[in-house]
Amino acid sequence: MTEPVVDYAEVLTRYEPVLGLEVHVELATASKMFCGCATEFGAAPNTQTCPVCLGLPGALPVSNDTALASIVRIGLALNCTIAADSRFARKNYFYPDMPKDFQISQYDEPLCTDGWLDVPVVDPESQTDGVIRVGIERVHMEEDTGKLTHAGSTGRIHDAGYSLVDYNRSGIPLVEIVTRPITATGALAPQVARAYVTQLRDLLRALAVSDVRMEQGSLRCDVNVSLAPIGATAWGTRTETKNVNSLRSVERAVRYEMSRQAARLDAGQSIVQETRHFHEADGTTSAGRSKEQAEDYRYFPEPDLVPIQPDPAWVARLREDLPAAPHLRREQLHAEWGFTAAEMRDVVNAGAVELIAATVAAGTTPAGARKWWLGELARRATQLGVSAADLPITPAAVARIEQLVDAGTLTDTLARQVIEGVLAGEGEPDAVIAARDLQVVGGDGELGVAVDAALAAEPEVVERIRAGKHAAVGVIVGAVMKQTRGRADAARVRALVFERLGVVDEAAG
Amino acid sequence: MVDDSGIQGEATISEQEVRHLAHLARLALTDDEVAHFTGQLGAILHAVSEVARVDRTGVTPMSHAVALANVTRPDLVTASLPVAEVLAAAPAAEDDRFRVPRILGEAP
Amino acid sequence: MSPQAITRAEALTLAAQIAAGELSAREVTEAHLARIAEVDPLVGAFLHVDADGARAQADAVDAQRAAGEPLGPLAGVPLALKDVLVQRGIPTTCGSRILEGWRPPYDATVVTRLRAAGVVILGKANCDEFAMGSSTENSAYHPTRNPWALDRVPGGSSGGSAAAVAAHLAPLAIGTDTGGSIRQPAALTGIVGAKPTYGGVSRYGLVAFASSLDQAGPMARTVADTAALHEVIAGHDPRDATSIPQQWPGLRAAAEAGAAEGLTGMRIGVIAEHDGPGWDAQVRAVTADAIDRLQHLGAEVVTVSVPHVVHALAAYYLIAPSEASSNLARFDGMRYGLRVGGDDDSVAAVMSATRAAGFGPEVKRRIMLGTFALSTGYYEAYYRSAQQVRRLIADDFAAAFTHCDALVGPTSPLPAFPLGERIDDPLAMYLADLATLPASLAGLPAMSVPIGLTPAGAAPALPVGLQIIAAATADATMYRVAGALAADQQQQWGGLLLDRAPSLSGGRP
Repeated sequence: MTEPVVDYAEVLTRYEPVLGLEVHVELATASKMFCGCATEFGAAPNTQTCPVCLGLPGALPVSNDTALASIVRIGLALNCTIAADSRFARKNYFYPDMPKDFQISQYDEPLCTDGWLDVPVVDPESQTDGVIRVGIERVHMEEDTGKLTHAGSTGRIHDAGYSLVDYNRSGIPLVEIVTRPITATGALAPQVARAYVTQLRDLLRALAVSDVRMEQGSLRCDVNVSLAPIGATAWGTRTETKNVNSLRSVERAVRYEMSRQAARLDAGQSIVQETRHFHEADGTTSAGRSKEQAEDYRYFPEPDLVPIQPDPAWVARLREDLPAAPHLRREQLHAEWGFTAAEMRDVVNAGAVELIAATVAAGTTPAGARKWWLGELARRATQLGVSAADLPITPAAVARIEQLVDAGTLTDTLARQVIEGVLAGEGEPDAVIAARDLQVVGGDGELGVAVDAALAAEPEVVERIRAGKHAAVGVIVGAVMKQTRGRADAARVRALVFERLGVVDEAAG
Repeated sequence: MVDDSGIQGEATISEQEVRHLAHLARLALTDDEVAHFTGQLGAILHAVSEVARVDRTGVTPMSHAVALANVTRPDLVTASLPVAEVLAAAPAAEDDRFRVPRILGEAP
Repeated sequence: MSPQAITRAEALTLAAQIAAGELSAREVTEAHLARIAEVDPLVGAFLHVDADGARAQADAVDAQRAAGEPLGPLAGVPLALKDVLVQRGIPTTCGSRILEGWRPPYDATVVTRLRAAGVVILGKANCDEFAMGSSTENSAYHPTRNPWALDRVPGGSSGGSAAAVAAHLAPLAIGTDTGGSIRQPAALTGIVGAKPTYGGVSRYGLVAFASSLDQAGPMARTVADTAALHEVIAGHDPRDATSIPQQWPGLRAAAEAGAAEGLTGMRIGVIAEHDGPGWDAQVRAVTADAIDRLQHLGAEVVTVSVPHVVHALAAYYLIAPSEASSNLARFDGMRYGLRVGGDDDSVAAVMSATRAAGFGPEVKRRIMLGTFALSTGYYEAYYRSAQQVRRLIADDFAAAFTHCDALVGPTSPLPAFPLGERIDDPLAMYLADLATLPASLAGLPAMSVPIGLTPAGAAPALPVGLQIIAAATADATMYRVAGALAADQQQQWGGLLLDRAPSLSGGRP
């Protein structure tokens, strides 16, 4: 059931969009927000649960100090005011993924308010760089819910005969970042939305407070869009598209909603205030819950948790420890890394600044990190239609792979196979290497045996090499590679052949 | 009629409001219960609405009985329950998950 | 000691004799189990008797003593645990059908502390469903009867705990008090019961009714036993964010000091608003006599006005139900306890049917009341006003304690009433808590001590309790007053008031 849409360029001749973005970020704390359960992604169902995060009768929450420090750091990085007195509140509604049937959240006394984030936006028409300042209304702390799996033919909620609940995610600290309405973007609205989420994600990664993995749900985005006729003083009715889970989807969702809403308004229909779902396959949205059915959440101060009154000295220390603002940080990293201006521009355009920084922090050279993120990983990301940051591989894993290449344990070819394994979910690099038996054939002993065998099998080739036809060494190298199933280092094989034959390799430096 | 308490006229409650509250609170009430509760809740609300007539000018609401603030725990992992104990009391379970009936509406 | 003497002995006497090897913990436990088997069919104090568990705990104490290991302060002394506190593996129902058969996978902190002290937990004591009530008639299983007159209520909601102690089924009990649920049943059964300063005893594992008011506390036949149990269960708990970070030594010492030295130098205020023609004349007369004794013991007695306490009932019956409506949401049939309906029904229908079948009328009433008070359009006038009145009451008390060491008045406006008399009249039932609600709202320590009997007439002679309220964290002060009164009574009466209660031996009243 597709709805009529208006051509995007035409939308802008009649309407002005207003955007609002609500981003939920799971913090990368070791334990949950209110209990000591681990937060490992992908653990077996209900193995990371306890009386507190199962909401068992009698259990009580106690706040995670690292989570509170993280949200204050986020607030500071977003130029927010940190509240002198902040409280948790209960948001009451019944839903089976929420074990207490209320969510501990914040309501009228959030920790951080009134900030902004400068977002670089490139105008595709004029190719000029610009900066849009997005206002931040609030940043507040809450807890995540459990995960529902809908049993039934399609896995979708409405067709399901029943559902299954895993509470491992229940109680993971969640920070919600809400923008003020973003106006006057005109045709750039979809790019601005995407650029904001990109910039926010980079900032959160630089703060090292979250994995910010959209595909794993550690960064989730709700997109509010409304249209008003150009020149109108009042804003239009907005829709809220929930859980838009990639950067590209953020852009597409805004674009689609603008086109869809314009078609309704053109036809004299009103916009229904409702939540909508985004469909990755065709880039459309469909109606969800209308706001007339909205719950009455009956917020009230959480009696089990006492107020948070951040000590100004503590806040000042957190402020001092913040990483530099994104553009300053880019300049600083550029100098540290020693990339050329062109290389750095490529890195920025690929959205790989923080990925490379994290990889370098995990123990590689900047050039080594750049090689993978702009090479093999960029290629994989393009194939999969995601950004490099959304690939299921961590900077630490990339650093490990590069270290092994550097040490001669992996060849570049083998390293690409390791990456393939990690992306396929076979585990961390060392596990993939062990499972796929990907080590370079080590030591000259084992390699020497293979070389000797190849030389013995090809007496004619040996003669040609001895006669000065050094290019013929390729035949021996090929045979050794075949013998070792590609796990040998070709340069080493070549050196061994010449060594064995007492010939000086003219190609060797 | 609205007095300065913010409570409209006599603090009473209609059957329709009682049904709405029962829905919010997920309580399936019979018609008899609705009628019964409408009367009783009306009488109780009438009695407790006096709080709105007390002079409360400038008084900060009291949500807690202790004057504590900033109570936190260190970010340390502690043992979770064995999954068998997690599910021991579940009315229904499947694949180490809690099995729940059909969910008709999406989460708010 | 004969089994009968054991069941009438003080807890501290039993502990001393067990420590000295004059009695075994097993003997003491067997005597109480036998008394329960004989008398509890009349009284109905217990919902679950854990005979095997109690014997095992007693044997462990005996083994510890035999091995020469140090014993906890109340090692080997039996106790009745109110069924709103969780004990690992032991059925915990909160007096409700909705939790029938639930065996919690963890211990309340109170239970952990009792175990560490060597206390033997005999079983779970009956109570009003989720501690909502003043008569224990709201238990979904059976009512508890007052050992003084079996056709009357023991008070509530800790009626099972109070009756167990008064009927010599256990020398000690744990109750919980949200608006008077320890003090009022203590008064109606002629025993001692104390509600600690809010935050003095951990709430971890106490199934919440109204989180900002709930406190577990000790119940016993003597002031010294009550103080000893209070010292065992009180103290900071990192699992409860509202737990006060201090220990509570010196409660027994304060009671002993009061007994030895009287009340010279103390100023005790009589709450003006808790006296007058609206209060039961017989209760007023007995209370007036006790106040005379305070003066006789050396205290300066003054009348003090705590003006806003007249609004305590209204404030309490908005705040407590509001919190309860949220706390009890989790009983939805998804994870534990009752479930009504199958996969063919929607999750919302199953939740509603489960809660309709699992909760009794008083619980439903309070959930509805709290849902109303927190809902859009009513929050300000009802919930928020009530929180402001709560502040006014707390401020009144703070002012009173600038010139008084303790405040006194009747614990209950009336003595034990007949079963069934008020059960269909919620407002009449709520009036039973009139005197105890203010200290709950203000978070103050308050206790009830027996002070005499109403004259026998149309009704039998029934016990009357005096409420002693102290400033926040001044729990020792209230024990000092109680200790002095108890010593004075011992001199006057040559024993406890409870000695005049029917023995109930032989299965007959």
